[in-house]
Amino acid sequence: MAMDAHEIERMIKAALPDAAVEIKDLAGDGDHYAATVVSAAFKGKTRVQQHQMVYAAVQGNMGGVLHALAVRTAVPQD
Amino acid sequence: MSDVNARIDAEVKNNDVVLFMKGTPQFPMCGFSGQVAQILGYIGVPYKGVNVLEDQEIREGIKAYSNWPTIPQLYVKGEFVGGCDITREMFQAGELQALFEEKGIAVKQAS
Repeated sequence: MAMDAHEIERMIKAALPDAAVEIKDLAGDGDHYAATVVSAAFKGKTRVQQHQMVYAAVQGNMGGVLHALAVRTAVPQD
Repeated sequence: MSDVNARIDAEVKNNDVVLFMKGTPQFPMCGFSGQVAQILGYIGVPYKGVNVLEDQEIREGIKAYSNWPTIPQLYVKGEFVGGCDITREMFQAGELQALFEEKGIAVKQAS
């Protein structure tokens, strides 16, 4: 039931190639992660849309194998 | 529209503020649901809590309805606002209070 942090990062970067991704394993159990994703692709999108893009990147794993992924999204500052 | 979708749609459209959650506003059964309930309580906005643990159909159906994989889910005036992370971020930035004001929903506490 666990997923590796690098695997999550890889999946997010595959969907959002310009993204800066930081993954924290919150509980040390490979099951509760926090992801901070910074990407220009989020520009002009609502928070819900931004998070949906991240969820889409980790595909069906969110809510299933990946029990908890806390997401923070941001657009890069110029 | 399937049966469950129509039921969810009716909840979302007939109530100004709806929180699909695990447990009830008084007794949340999940930390994330509890956090959102606490924020809404703090702001002092009346809302309807829908306990997904009591209805397996809604528990699964709500995820498809919003294309959002997790619960809680907060809806304001028929619009999906977000889950726990987004609601908390918006609250901390004062955006949630502004959203209620913009949508004409009275809150007890001045923001």
